[in-house]
Amino acid sequence: MTELTLASAITSGLRHALAEDDRVVIMGEDIGRLGGVFRVTDGLQRDFGADRVMDTPLAEAGILGTAVGLAYRGYRPVVEIQFDGFIYPAFDQIVAQVAKLHYRTRGVVRMPITVRVPYGGGIGAVEHHSESPEAYFTHTSGLRVVTCSNPQDAHWMVRQAVASDDPVIFFEPKRRYWVKGEVEDSMQSAPPLDSARVVMEGTDVTLVAYGPLVATAIDAAVAASDEGVSVEVVDLRSLSPVDFETVEASVRRTGRLVVTHEAQQFGGLGAEIATSVTERCFEHLHSAPVRVTGHDVPYPASRLEEHFLPDLDRLLDGIDRALSRVNSLTGWSAPEGRTA
Amino acid sequence: MSSVVVSSSREVDAASGGAHVEPARLQRPGEQLVTMLAPDGTRHPNPSLDHFVADLTPERLLALHEDLVTVRRIDTEGVALQRQGQLGLWPPLLGQEAAQVGSARALRSDDFVFTSYREHAVAYCRGIAIDTIMPMWRGTAASGWNPFEFGMAPPAIIIGAQTLHATGYAMGCAKDGVDSAAIAYFGDGATSQGDVNEAMVFAATYSAPVVFFCQNNHWAISEPVGLVARRPLADRAPGFGIPSMRVDGNDVIAVMAATRWALERARSGDGPSWIEAVTYRMGPHTTSDDPGRYVDPLEREEWAAKDPIDRLERHLEQLGVLGDAHRAAVKETADATAAAMRAACVSQPDPEALTLFDHVYTEPTAWLHRQRSQYEAYLAMFEGGEEA
Repeated sequence: MTELTLASAITSGLRHALAEDDRVVIMGEDIGRLGGVFRVTDGLQRDFGADRVMDTPLAEAGILGTAVGLAYRGYRPVVEIQFDGFIYPAFDQIVAQVAKLHYRTRGVVRMPITVRVPYGGGIGAVEHHSESPEAYFTHTSGLRVVTCSNPQDAHWMVRQAVASDDPVIFFEPKRRYWVKGEVEDSMQSAPPLDSARVVMEGTDVTLVAYGPLVATAIDAAVAASDEGVSVEVVDLRSLSPVDFETVEASVRRTGRLVVTHEAQQFGGLGAEIATSVTERCFEHLHSAPVRVTGHDVPYPASRLEEHFLPDLDRLLDGIDRALSRVNSLTGWSAPEGRTA
Repeated sequence: MSSVVVSSSREVDAASGGAHVEPARLQRPGEQLVTMLAPDGTRHPNPSLDHFVADLTPERLLALHEDLVTVRRIDTEGVALQRQGQLGLWPPLLGQEAAQVGSARALRSDDFVFTSYREHAVAYCRGIAIDTIMPMWRGTAASGWNPFEFGMAPPAIIIGAQTLHATGYAMGCAKDGVDSAAIAYFGDGATSQGDVNEAMVFAATYSAPVVFFCQNNHWAISEPVGLVARRPLADRAPGFGIPSMRVDGNDVIAVMAATRWALERARSGDGPSWIEAVTYRMGPHTTSDDPGRYVDPLEREEWAAKDPIDRLERHLEQLGVLGDAHRAAVKETADATAAAMRAACVSQPDPEALTLFDHVYTEPTAWLHRQRSQYEAYLAMFEGGEEA
């Protein structure tokens, strides 16, 4: 066991992946000499050479497209997209090629590509540096989409992602990069990549969170317990596929569901989880599922991000809504007219 | 009314043909469009390229002739099968036989081919069975053959995407220390895509052993190449540090020579090369297209006079080797291939409904397993109770 930051736990995971399989190559912008803008690949080019840890031209479609060719050649490319908002130029290659080639070739061509993406807000960044684009990818059949919330998971999950024969979009909660925790190298206790985890047990409400908001959800559960409300926190970990077995089992126990994410609400993960849980165990629900999410606006200027991001108080308010306790919408009514 | 003046493809040809000098172009053997076999069948010596095709004996030329005739026959059959409702769509290669056969026959089996969707002749030359070319056009599968068995990826429908795949594959060849190469086939329309330009950047950056083989067939559906290119397409590559060659795409000998030039560079560690094979799409973009709305019949006639098969036949006649026996044998091969294609096509059953859930992931997920099971239950409602 070593104490590592979440970022260095990923570095350590990548180091293992490079050492364990010589077909693993790492590609991205500024990831070599600089070690990445968040230093996640720090030292890897020095230790494994520029042939395996490649600084690429500044062209995200080019990075993903050449990764596809390398995968055809039997390589396992791990590509870094520098920031969430920079992934869109690569969207076509990811959605039209990476996600579909296995299906297109009826299982003959595998795309064991890992796409690492620092995501989410809360660091006071300029535009395009704080986004949560996960739903674009969870909507795409053929991709696995995962995110970690703590150093141990970061280490395990990045190694599992690289070892996966399916393409994996690996979202890294950038505002938690500097969070420290104990990390063990052994993969023995690592749960499957596509499993969720109950990180705090409770009996009154199930609070589903992932990535950067898991810590916030735990804080909210602790705060709620002071008021005598028992919250069960589920760290989703895998956003596609979702481990509904774990989520559903929890909701069957608590009868109430709150889902939270930084991403915008409309068409987001919260909608899918709320709907699927409702379909699966409607009769166990005591109240309608609640979503606590970013607003349906473009990610705002950083001085406004505190009003965009779900925080402790908004989660507590969502929990109150699920419990039908007095909350921000008590007595609220929809504005009249078409704008409602 | 548009104020934009669009030069026609003919104007671009006129501007780019002849003797204008382009000092920016690197290592190009010969400044003009490279033609080694003139439309009248005359073989023009080319001191820079002749050695690349020194092995083209009359027998080898006859074999190329058989290829050209056969792939044209395949193409005719493809159009007919679509017209008869046996195929959903067919993108004809009519007119581009020499560009495809000349380049594909220059490749080794350990090279890897990444094409667009019109390269049926390339697939044929790779030894791919005709019945595995059909499924994606009939709609019974998204692709047919095993890419690793034939060194050829399934056709890319997204324009230009495959150029990056070829470049990445070539980067892998270089890493593996082998002298295999990758080749990317794409059209004049694709040269506008970011992917193609990024592929050139990556290929140059990593000195990847890749051949960019651009078939300039003058049309991106209805848009003439003059809409997007004010200069010959081959002029773009040198700006990326990639040597290029502009070759007569209806001249099977020149195409083969150019491709071997590029492959030799790739195999000897000199990195990427770029070939513009100037040809003409004599048919529609696909069977869904109506070129009558935009093609000038006179322009098409001009290109008909440069037909790739006619000119090779004239040459073979001049060599005195194009006998009736060869013609009959070639016709037999072509007809037999077309018959096999038709038989494979019409006998191909629709896939089982539930196979649509297969191969989304390497292992089925719980989510998909559940969805499949629910759809299976839905389908079961019709069993026995439904009139066929």
